[in-house]
Amino acid sequence: MMMLKLSMERVGELFSAIANQQALYLPIESADQVNFEKWSEGRKVRLDVLKTVKSGKDLFFPQSENLVAFKMEGKSIEIIQQELSQEKFVLMGVRPCDAKSFEILDKVFLAEPQDSYYAARRANGTVIAMACGNPEETCFCKNFGIDAADPVGDVAIWIHEGNLYWKSQTEKGEALTQSVKSLFSEAQEAEIDAFKAGIREKIEQLPFSHLDLSSFTPDQLNEKFNSPQWKKLSQSCLGCGSCTFVCPTCQCYDIRDYDTGHGIQRYRCWDSCMYSDFTMMAHGTNRPTQLERFRQRFMHKLIYFPSNNDGMYSCVGCGRCVAKCPIHMNIVKVIKALGGESK
Amino acid sequence: MIKEKAAQLLREGKVARVLGWEAGEFAYDLTPAYFETEEELKNLVYNEYSGANLSKYLIAASKMEGVTLALLKPCDTLSFNQLLNEHRINREKVYVLGVGCKGMKDQNGELLLKCKCCKGKEFKAFDEVIDDEECRNVPESDRFEEVRRIEAMSAEERFAFWRNELSKCIRCNACRNVCPACSCIKCVFDNPKSGVAAKANTDDFEENMFHIIRAYHVAGRCTDCGECSRVCPQGIPLHLLNRKFIKDINELYGEYQAGEDPEARGPLTNYTQGDAEPSVVRERSGE
Amino acid sequence: MNHEALIPTLGVVTDVRVDTPDVKTFRVNALGGGKCFEHMPGQCAMLSIPGVGEAMFSITSSPTNKEFMEFSIKKCGCLTEWLHMMEVGQQITIRGPYGNGFPVEGELKGQDLLFIAGGIGLAPLRSVIDYVLDNRSNYGKINIVYGSRSADDLVDIDEIRERWMNAEGVNVHLTIDREQEGWDGHVGFVPNYVKELGFNPEGKVLVCGPPIMIKFTLGALTDLGFERTQVFTTMELRMKCGIGKCGRCNIGDKYVCKDGPVFRFDELDELPAEY
Repeated sequence: MMMLKLSMERVGELFSAIANQQALYLPIESADQVNFEKWSEGRKVRLDVLKTVKSGKDLFFPQSENLVAFKMEGKSIEIIQQELSQEKFVLMGVRPCDAKSFEILDKVFLAEPQDSYYAARRANGTVIAMACGNPEETCFCKNFGIDAADPVGDVAIWIHEGNLYWKSQTEKGEALTQSVKSLFSEAQEAEIDAFKAGIREKIEQLPFSHLDLSSFTPDQLNEKFNSPQWKKLSQSCLGCGSCTFVCPTCQCYDIRDYDTGHGIQRYRCWDSCMYSDFTMMAHGTNRPTQLERFRQRFMHKLIYFPSNNDGMYSCVGCGRCVAKCPIHMNIVKVIKALGGESK
Repeated sequence: MIKEKAAQLLREGKVARVLGWEAGEFAYDLTPAYFETEEELKNLVYNEYSGANLSKYLIAASKMEGVTLALLKPCDTLSFNQLLNEHRINREKVYVLGVGCKGMKDQNGELLLKCKCCKGKEFKAFDEVIDDEECRNVPESDRFEEVRRIEAMSAEERFAFWRNELSKCIRCNACRNVCPACSCIKCVFDNPKSGVAAKANTDDFEENMFHIIRAYHVAGRCTDCGECSRVCPQGIPLHLLNRKFIKDINELYGEYQAGEDPEARGPLTNYTQGDAEPSVVRERSGE
Repeated sequence: MNHEALIPTLGVVTDVRVDTPDVKTFRVNALGGGKCFEHMPGQCAMLSIPGVGEAMFSITSSPTNKEFMEFSIKKCGCLTEWLHMMEVGQQITIRGPYGNGFPVEGELKGQDLLFIAGGIGLAPLRSVIDYVLDNRSNYGKINIVYGSRSADDLVDIDEIRERWMNAEGVNVHLTIDREQEGWDGHVGFVPNYVKELGFNPEGKVLVCGPPIMIKFTLGALTDLGFERTQVFTTMELRMKCGIGKCGRCNIGDKYVCKDGPVFRFDELDELPAEY
C-alpha cells in the first residue's frame, strides 16, 4: 500500500474529514492533561505529547461500562439487555506500544467465549498508530519486540519535518485511506528512512532498552514466585491502582450492581489486583498482604500471561508506571530486582 | 552524615531498621524503603527528590519487631504527630531523625507544589535532628491565595472549575492511599456494606463526591502535607479542597494546624462554647 | 445480539430445604420448567440477586437429574444471607455452567472411588456421588467419608441415610467432631477417621472441605499409600466473570473458574502456593 503525505498545516482538514464520517479520538489536552478524547473543532490536539496519561485501551475497554439492567418486582426479575456499542470510530495518534497492547487485550477478550462488548468496539474501531520521534528515558518498548519507528495499526503515521506521512496497513485502514485520500499527495517510503533510523538509534540508547528478560520464562514460575525480593519490593507499595489504571495491558475487571432508583444497573469497571479487596470473599482472601497482591501483578505480566500466550509478555514498555507510580516502584525495578539487569 | 548516623544506630542495635528513600534508576525516582543492614544503607539517598512523606509507613512499621528509624522532613513531622494523636503510630517504636529540607522537586526538577507553600522548618517531633542554617530558611508564601481565588468565583464558575478538574479522576486511589490522614483500616469506599463502595464512577455525581467526601473525612486532621496533589496521575489540585477546609476551620474555630501538637484536640472533635453555630456559617457564606 | 457470557438467564426457586442451621438447599428451575442448562458433576454456576451481588456456587445436583438443579448453600456473607431469605417462587439470575468438573467419564470411570467431605464441602461431591450411583455399573467400590462439626451440621442427612447407605457396593462413614447426645456414630476429625478406616490405596479419591481438613486429609491419604495423582479436589476463590477474563481467580497460569475448579493434587503442586 502506498505512502502518502500531508502538510501538518492542513492536519485540521484531515481531522474534519475523518470526523465527518465517524467519531475521531485524539490525544487532546484538557485541564493540563493529555488523554484520548473525542475531537471536535477547537479542541487542543497534542500529537506532540508522547504519553497520554491513560492509554488508548479505554476506547475498547472503558473504565466503566453497563452490561445489563434488571427490573425487580416482588419475586420477579426482568432482564433488560444492553445495546452493544455501535459507534464507528477512529483512534488516532496511538503510539506503537499502545497499539501492541490491543493485541494483548485481544488475547483475553477475544478468546472464547468472546467478550461481545469489547469485540463490538474492536470491530468498530480503526487504529492509526504513530511513530515516536522523541522517545523518553522511561520508554522500554524495545524489550517487547516493538519497533517505535514502524508502528503497527490499521494505518501507520509518521510526523516528520512538517509533514504527516500516512500508510494503510490493513483493509480497514485502506477503507479509511480511500475516504480521505484526496487530501494527501503521494510520497516515497525513502523520505522517512532517515527519520526511522534516527528513532531506532535513539531507542537503542535509552537506559531501559536492554533489559534481560531471559530468565522470565514459564519454567521459572516457582523460582520467581518464591523470590525473597518480593518482600522488600512490596513494602513500599501503597496499594493504590495508579499503575494498573494507566497501564495499557491491565485488564482485570469488577462487576457490580448499582441501584439507579428505577432498577438495577449491572456494570463492569476496571479493577486492580493491587487492591486489598480484589480476591476477598465472605470468609477471607488468598492474598492477605500487599506482598501477594504486588507479586500477582508482576508475575502475571512476566510469567503467567506469557505461559498461556506463546511467550508474549503482558507489558509493552510504555513506561507510564515508571512515570506515574507515586513512590516510583515499577516493572523495570521489579525486573531488575528479580535478575533482569540490563544486558 | 544522615547515613553515618543511621549506620551507627543500626550498629548499636538502637534501631532495627531505617525507613528512608532508596536510590532508583534515575536521579529523581527514589522509592521509600526499609534498610536493615549497613550494606543496604549504601542505597539510601536523601536529596531534593525525597519528597515522599514517610509518616504513613510508620503505621505498618509500628507493628514490626524493634524500633524503626524514620527520616522525617519538618512538614512530615506534622503528619507523624497527627498519626500519634490518632493512636495509629506507637511512639516507642519509632526513632525520628529529623532531616533538614530546602524544598523538594518533582521529576522535571521543579519545586513541588507542596513546597511552594512551605509549612515551616521546625521539627514538631524528633529524637534527633540533622540540618543546617540554610534548611531553616522559610520562603514567604500564602497558601490560601488560590483558595481565595476560587472562593471569589461565582457558584457556576466554581462548579465548572471543579468539574473540569474532577472529571479527570481515574479513581486509582493514589490520593487516598498516600494520605496520612486516610488511615482507616477499611475505607468507606471499599466497604460493600457502606452503600457507596465503588471502584469507578458510574456518573459525574460520584466522581465529584469521592473527593469531596474524602476532604470531609480528613477535615481538621489534614496537615496540608500535599501528597494528594503530588501523586495524582491526572494532576488534579486536590490539596485545594483540603486548604479550603483548613481556611474555614481557621476562620470559624481559630487558627489550627493539625499535627502541631500530638496531644491537641481537633477543632471538629472538641466542643467549646465559642464554637461557630450553623447560622454563622450560613451568614458568612452570603450566597 | 451475540449470546454474551456475562448476561444471565432467569431461574426460579421451586423448593427450599433447610439442611442445617446455616445450610439450605435450593431447587432451581428455568421459568418455563426444566433445567436452566446442562452441566457435568463438579461444574459451577453464577447465581445472583441483582442489586445484592453475584457469586459462584457449585451445582449440588447430578446431571442425571433431568428435572431441576439444586444448590446447597451455606450462609456466610452478604449474598448468601439474602439467598437464605428466599422463598419458593423467588426468581434469581443464573449463568453457567463454568469450570471443568470431575472427570467422571474420564479418569474416574471404572475406578473404586473414595469420597471425603467435610461440612458444606459435600455440596460439589454430592453431584458426583449421585451421578455415580445413577451410572453404578461404570464404577467400582464406593466409600464415602463425611464429617462435620455436629450431627446437626450434616447436610441432607436423610438422603444419605435413605439412598446412599442402602445403595449396593457403597459404604458410608459418618463422623462428627465432638460427642453429642443422640449420636451413636463415630466421633473425631475427618483426617483421623480416614486413617482409622485404613483404605487400600487404590482407585481415586475426591476430597472437599475446609482448607485445613483438606491439608490433613491429604497427609492421612499419603500415610495410607495414596499417590497425589490419585486425589482430586475442587477449589473456591473469588470469581466475577466465570470465563477466565476478570483476573480474580488467577493462580499461576491457571484460572480456577475455567481451568478448575477441579484439580488433581499433582497439578496443584505445579502451581504457586497461593490458594
